[in-house]
Formats: sequence, structure tokens, C-alpha cells
Amino acid sequence: MELIQQLVNGISLGSIYALIALGYTMVYGIVKLINFAHGDVFMVGSFVGFYAITVMDLSFIPALLISMATCAIFGVLIERIAYKPLRNATRIAALITAIGVSLLIENGLIYIRGAQPEAYPNNVLPMDKLDIFGVSISSQSILILSVSIILMIILQFVVHKTKIGKAMRAVSFDSEAAKLMGINVNNTISATFAIGSALAGAAGVIFGIYYIKIEPLMGVLPGLKAFVAAVLGGIGIIPGAMVGGLLLGVIEALVSAAGYSLWRDGVAFVVLILILIFLPQGLFGKNKREKV
Amino acid sequence: MTTLKNSKGFWLSIVLALIFFGIMQYTISNGILNPFYINTLMFIGINIMLATSLHLIIGITGQFSIGHAGFLAVGAYASAVMTMKLELPFIIAVLTGGVIAAVAGMVIGIPSLRLKGDYLAIATLGFGEIVRIVLLNIEYVGGASGMQVSHLTTWPWVFACVMITVLVIRNFTNSTHGRACISVREDETAADAMGINTTYYKVAAFVIGAFFAGIAGSLYAHNFYIIQPSNFGFLKSFDILIFVVLGGLGSLSGSVLAAILLTIVTTFLQDYPETRMIIYSLVLILMMIFRPQGLMGTKEITSLFTHKKTKGGPKDGSHNTVA
Repeated sequence: MELIQQLVNGISLGSIYALIALGYTMVYGIVKLINFAHGDVFMVGSFVGFYAITVMDLSFIPALLISMATCAIFGVLIERIAYKPLRNATRIAALITAIGVSLLIENGLIYIRGAQPEAYPNNVLPMDKLDIFGVSISSQSILILSVSIILMIILQFVVHKTKIGKAMRAVSFDSEAAKLMGINVNNTISATFAIGSALAGAAGVIFGIYYIKIEPLMGVLPGLKAFVAAVLGGIGIIPGAMVGGLLLGVIEALVSAAGYSLWRDGVAFVVLILILIFLPQGLFGKNKREKV
Repeated sequence: MTTLKNSKGFWLSIVLALIFFGIMQYTISNGILNPFYINTLMFIGINIMLATSLHLIIGITGQFSIGHAGFLAVGAYASAVMTMKLELPFIIAVLTGGVIAAVAGMVIGIPSLRLKGDYLAIATLGFGEIVRIVLLNIEYVGGASGMQVSHLTTWPWVFACVMITVLVIRNFTNSTHGRACISVREDETAADAMGINTTYYKVAAFVIGAFFAGIAGSLYAHNFYIIQPSNFGFLKSFDILIFVVLGGLGSLSGSVLAAILLTIVTTFLQDYPETRMIIYSLVLILMMIFRPQGLMGTKEITSLFTHKKTKGGPKDGSHNTVA
């Protein structure tokens, strides 16, 4: 029973990773950039949610929506200011810029409000224990899981059924050809950043409710692990990010359950290095041959 | 004729460095320089070693590695174990630190053969984090609370190590092997087609870079009284990265200058870490947008004096293609 409980924890954590990983994978798919600042967008989302709940006295859903909207705007701003001038620069230049943006957001926030952590109030969501087949599961985990799943379904709908989703898929397939077909590539890239950042904002609020403590540097590790999740599922592939996130969460929970909780943070990186060596295209990716 | 000119400049710079060493040694041994400045001087030396060793990996071979603090940590802990637990002399500790870090460099270098660009960057970042977490979990070296290390690093040690590092990396770059590494940076496929064993040179760059980072780690550990895994997080890697990026990817003197400059800036902003990081990050972003080749580009400082003609030549950055 202990094991099943750990599995449920793992799936809750994994759904947070999955939400962050979606932003990574979408941005990578479209501009081939590892957006290091994505973990910090997640952190900003968490803080926006915190202030919405404590200062503005909102309940869960409005706080989630406010956080998502703020993060969407924030993500687009980052893209327009920092990444757009580098659209045609080398990959390394873009990567260094992304690291710079990440450090700037973290330290900017520390500069503004200090490094002290905040605690989410614990009455945002009801805290009942449900007994399902002898396993007690907190209602929070179920709500969190269902919110994540709903967001992922909405994302699938947006990507596959709407005009902007079609444009996104076209640009990620071949941005030059998409431009020739009359697709506004710049707006499409901005939309990708907006959607990815909104999902990260939602993940931030969910993380705050689930783990209570938030601080300006909290985005770094989940951000990196979400990237691992995106690579695990095959970077650029949306269902891959979901599966990768959930899988990584479960792996971490199982490692904790096996009594190696101090090693938990290392496992993600071991998974990363193994997957890069043995299956670099990820679980869902297709192997591409290199051409000169 | 040109070789004679070059070697003249080479010997001149060595003599100048030795004179600088003599002056510093004199002021330190006579107590003219206060401990704060001595410490800054040591840090500058250690940072120069870190910057030049990373320069070999990123600037010369074009392998984007952001886990350099991992090698630093391996060297620091290995040497600290040598002096504190096994009570061996400092020189053996320094060499062991370097060698063990070089082995770590080989371990991370071999998988790097399959990875390129972004993926390699993330894998090295992961490697750095794994090193930190492993150290955090080994009770023998003190776990999270760290390890006490006696103060053994002195100015002659730092100076000698910096000189050796810079000389080896300079000569390596100008040798056949260095040119092979540069060809890997410029175009790996083309280098492969020309018969260069790209795998060998990529691993070699990692091993040499890691070796010197390990030696820097030994000096770092024995300058600091205590080492903790938290000193070697990815922020430390970014600190080293910014030396190389600011100095110019591919310029040895550029990374040395950037290391000196930024260490001094860091020392003066010690009480305001956020301000320092904000400045660092803005420097990174603005640099990439407006001058992606760094302060020096791929040029060396000596070329500023010798090749005045090229000043009006091709535009900067037109032939600087790093990675």
C-alpha cells in the first residue's frame, strides 16, 4: 500500500513536470532553443498565484487563471526582448542568452523582494483523505491531477483543431515554407511562448498548493528536470513531454520509496545522460540521419 | 622571421610575468599587501586557470560544456582527501586532484561524442549536478556540512600553476593537436572528412580542460579552509562560463582578461550578490545581442600590437564562427 501511495505522489509530481515540460518541448520544437528561463516563468507563476490568493483573496481557479495570463504575457515579453534579436544567431549564442535571462529573472526578483521563502495558505483546496481500495489519497492530489489533465486536453485541442495550432505545427515543421505560405512566423512563435508560459504558470500555482513553500530559486531544479522529461519523451513532441513528465515523477517517487530520498535529485540527471547515450531521440522520437 | 618575432614576444611576456611575480612576492612577504588583496590575487589566479581550461573546451574545441564546476569539485575534494585524510604532501594532492578530475573529464567526454550543441550542454550540466549530489551523500567527505581543509595555497603555488596552465594551453592551441581541435569547432563533419580523429580530439580537450580545472580545484580547496558541495553548484559553472563568453569564445588572452576583470568586480560586489548576478546576466544578454563574439573575438591581445593592418579589414564576427 505504501508503494501505491508513493506512486500517487509520483504521478502528482510528474504532472507538474509534464506541464513545465510541455513549454520546453513546444518552444524547442519551434525555435530549437532550450529556454532556460522557462523554470523561472514557472517560479513567477507560483508567486503571482500566491499574491492572488493571499493579497487579492481569490480562490483557486481565478488565481490559476490570473497566474496563467500573467505568465503568458511575461513569456511573450521575454521572447520579444531577449530571443527575437537572436533568431538567426548561433545556437550557442541563444543558449547563453537563455541562461542570462534565467539568472536575470531570479536575481531581479531577489533584488525586488528579497530571497526569503513564502508559504502558500493551506486552505486553498479542501484537504480530505479519500479511501480508495484501502489506499488513502488526498483530494488535493486528485484535483491537481485533474487540473493538469484538463489543461493538457485543452492544449491538444488548441494544437490540433485551431488555426493557430495548425500554424504552430507548420512553423515547427519548416519555418521557411510556412513563411512562404503566408503564416506570420513571428506571431506564431510568440503564441507558442504564450501557451508554454501559461502552462508553466499553472504548474507554478499547483506546485505552491502541493508543496506549500515557494522561493525565488525554486524554478531551477523543476525546470531542469522538466527539460529532462521533455528529452525523455522526445523533444519537440507534445505527447512525449506528458509521458516523460509523468514517468520522471514516478521514477523519482520510486527512488524515494526505496529509501534513497537524498539521491532523488540526482536520478533525473542520470536518466538524462542514459537517455542521451542510448536513445537520443527520446521515447516517441524518430531517429534522424545527419546530412551534410 | 615571424617565428622569431613570436618567440621574442613569448619570452618577453614570460619575463614580465616573472617580474610581476617577484614584485607581488616581495610585497606579500613584507606585509605591504593586506590579506584582503592577497586573497583577491589568489582568486584571480584560480579563476584564470578555470577560465583558460574551459576556454580550451568551449573556445577552441567548440564543445559547449556548462558543468565545469563539476571538475572543480572533483579536484577540490580529491586533493582535500589527500591532504586531510591521508596526510600526503600538498604537491601530491594537487596532482591527484588534477588526475582524478581528468578521469572525470574522460568519463563525461566519451558520452559527449554522441551529443552536440544543446544536448551536450545539458548533459554536462547534469554531470555537474550529479557530482554535487554524490558529494552531498558521501559521509566520508562530510556530506552537506563540508570538509575542513588546512590553508596550504600560497602565492608561489598559484603563480606557478597559472603559468603552467596558460603555457600548456597556449602551446597546445598552436600545435597540430590544437589546430585539429579548432577544425572540430569550425566544422566537425568537414574535419572528419579531412581525416581528423574528431572523437579523439574532443575527449582530449575534455581531459586536458578537466585536468587543469582539477588543479584549480586543489588550490581552491586549500585556500578556503572549508569546502562544501553547495560551493560547486551550476551557478559556479555559469560564473566560469561568463569568463569565457565575455572574453571571447576562442581567445585565450580574452578569457584571462575577463577572469581578472570579473574577479575584481566580484570582490567589490561581495556584499551585494544579487546586484552582481544582475550585472552578470545583463552582460550575458547584451553581449549576445550586440557583440556575440565577446570582447576579443577570436583574436589574442598580442595581435592588437602586431597586426595593425587588419584593423580596417573584414568586419568583426564575419569569420568568427564558434560552434
